[in-house]
Amino acid sequence: MAGAQTAAAQISDDLGVIGQLQYQDANGNKVFVEGVELTIDGVGSSTTDAEGKFRIPVSGPGEYEITLNIETLPSGVALKDATRGTIVANVSENNDQRVIFALIEGDSTTVSESNFSARRIGQLTLEGIKLGLYLAMAAIGLSLIFGTTGLVNFAHAEMVTWGALMTYFFNVYGLVGAIGLLAGFPAPLGGPVNFILATMLSMVAGAVLGYLLNRVIFRTSRDAGVSLLAQMVMTIGLSILLRYLFVYFFGGKYRSYSEYGAQRANVFFGLELTTRDAVAMAISVVVLVVVGFGLTTTRTGRAMRAVSDSRDLAESSGINVERVIAQVWMFGGALAALSGTFFGFDTVKWELGTRILLLIFAAVTLGGLGTSFGALVGALIVGIAINWSTLVIDPELKNMTALFVLILALLLRPQGILGKKQRIG
Amino acid sequence: MDWGFIFERTFSAMIGVEVMVYALAAVGLNVHFGYTGLMNFGQAGFMAAGAYGIGVTVYWMQWSFWWGVLFVFVYGAVLALLLGIPTLRLRADYLSLVTIAAAESIRLLARSRVMRPITGGVEGVNKFAVTFYDISPFELGKFYGFGPFKYLGRDLWVLVVGWTILILATLMVQQLMRSPWGRTLRAIREDEDAARALGKNVYYYKMQALMVGGLIGAAAGCIQSIQKSSVQADTFNSVITFTIWTILIIGGPARVWSPIVGSSIYWSLIVFVENTLRQLPAGTRDSLERAIELSDFNISMLRYILVGAGLMLLARFRPQGIFGSREEMALDRR
Repeated sequence: MAGAQTAAAQISDDLGVIGQLQYQDANGNKVFVEGVELTIDGVGSSTTDAEGKFRIPVSGPGEYEITLNIETLPSGVALKDATRGTIVANVSENNDQRVIFALIEGDSTTVSESNFSARRIGQLTLEGIKLGLYLAMAAIGLSLIFGTTGLVNFAHAEMVTWGALMTYFFNVYGLVGAIGLLAGFPAPLGGPVNFILATMLSMVAGAVLGYLLNRVIFRTSRDAGVSLLAQMVMTIGLSILLRYLFVYFFGGKYRSYSEYGAQRANVFFGLELTTRDAVAMAISVVVLVVVGFGLTTTRTGRAMRAVSDSRDLAESSGINVERVIAQVWMFGGALAALSGTFFGFDTVKWELGTRILLLIFAAVTLGGLGTSFGALVGALIVGIAINWSTLVIDPELKNMTALFVLILALLLRPQGILGKKQRIG
Repeated sequence: MDWGFIFERTFSAMIGVEVMVYALAAVGLNVHFGYTGLMNFGQAGFMAAGAYGIGVTVYWMQWSFWWGVLFVFVYGAVLALLLGIPTLRLRADYLSLVTIAAAESIRLLARSRVMRPITGGVEGVNKFAVTFYDISPFELGKFYGFGPFKYLGRDLWVLVVGWTILILATLMVQQLMRSPWGRTLRAIREDEDAARALGKNVYYYKMQALMVGGLIGAAAGCIQSIQKSSVQADTFNSVITFTIWTILIIGGPARVWSPIVGSSIYWSLIVFVENTLRQLPAGTRDSLERAIELSDFNISMLRYILVGAGLMLLARFRPQGIFGSREEMALDRR
């Protein structure tokens, strides 16, 4: 192994499969389960401690089948889904891999469920909508930037990552984390703030990043007459630069916000959704509706759409095009930051955005490059299609569905659902 | 600091395996982008096709090594066809979207659990290159010295074969681009509509260019996997593609020798910077680590930061590359 592999391998001095066994009792209290044996065949085993924690060290990245010995579970505690006593941990180069065995009081409830049950399809649809809403916030910015400047911004995924990292940063450290001199000042200068305030600060940071990228890099390029394709290659360079600056300063570790970690799901009509996700989805809907109204009714929004439609016409009707472009970048940056914040609920990591880049592209292409409402429609369709695809393919491959959506869209309707024919030229 | 060691490493890197593999992949990209103006952002996908093409056929399907090599070319061409059909009639940026998405999907598919019986999942495939090393005229375990450099017979064999293929591929591209076919490609790059007006079937020409470049990319992936005697999905991530782009733009797109020059400059620079930083006196290292977090891990991340910054600055200020001429540069024209 050489090159990239060596670099990645250096993170892995200490790999293992970890987890914590717990269940909620009738009163909703967490109970840790001690003395349960977990085994990875041929690698090792571990018994949970008083806090229910276990860790089995492994020699390198790879897939490991970890089995929970049901006989060692205390009486009255069972696996929630009896078929999930052995699960596969996909250990990456970066970090310990956490696995979750869902335990409940009483007997296993989830009997093996038919793949195509209405409940499962409903659940997948719900998760698809969630994914679609989060994606939409990233996609609208990308689509508007394309619309106003003609530029496909490959660094948009890094703007999403930036949002998650900034929320984490304000939520866990505060500005003092970067500038030690600020110690002693009130939060957010001298200490961490709660998640909601951190998210708002992160959106501001996203807008600032968007503004700076446009002002320092892309506006000067436009002024210098750098061609669009050259600018596109620049966004690629920018994307790699940002991504590895993130890993440089943030490290390869996976982290999580100080609040709103794993929550117990609420059940409505058989569909499971955590309160956190429900609130995040509601916020996304509100934000998207506000964005929609903003684009159609406010002066700024109409100017954005006008520039998207025809830069020259907009300019000749007195719109300050460069100002609109700056606004689009700020607006796109803030939305991407919010999207990244929500995507970061599971884990915050330096490649968070990169992993969904494919999905964002599929969403904007499907909806029609350059159309903001198309991006929304495309994102929802991609989100749902990806989740539905797990009915027939391995969940690990679900993101590949986005590629098929992308290719299908290009074959059947290359201008996108809401795009106009001349855009594809 | 041991400057002798640093320079020895740097000079031997200039003709090393990485230079050869990346240069070959860049020769393919040069056909795509330099001569035809196709924005292929998925060259790593073609390399993966080449690597798995040989690994899977020889190791799992027990084909003979030479049939495996032949399959690599078929596979590279088929992949180009699949990517080209939906995109080549559309505007340039759609090809870039689809190729980057496809390359990433190939990587995901290859490392997935489902494909594990075929591709070996994250562990990959190995033990497929035995035939190649069996016919080596050099003793595999013996060191051969050339002036200050010493090569293990095994590496020397890979280098000799690899550089021969690289030079042949470069000469082939040179001849192709001097032919009427190559002139048509350049005409398409400069003005698609004009080429169409002159009766050229632009779509077929672009498709052929995509296939030729893809084949060369697949060959690069194949040689790389033979050198490592293993194939691993994560070797073919998008950063590899853009390292190849950086290399091509350093040398100057649409110039025959630019992939080799660019690759040599890129790798010697990277090896020089990394080795110099690693060899810094302990005191300097410590203070750098405190001031800018320059840990061992972060030194290995620096190359990607340099790739990103370099690609951005080159595209912005010198899209014709260090040696290229502005007249021959497609990137700047559209």
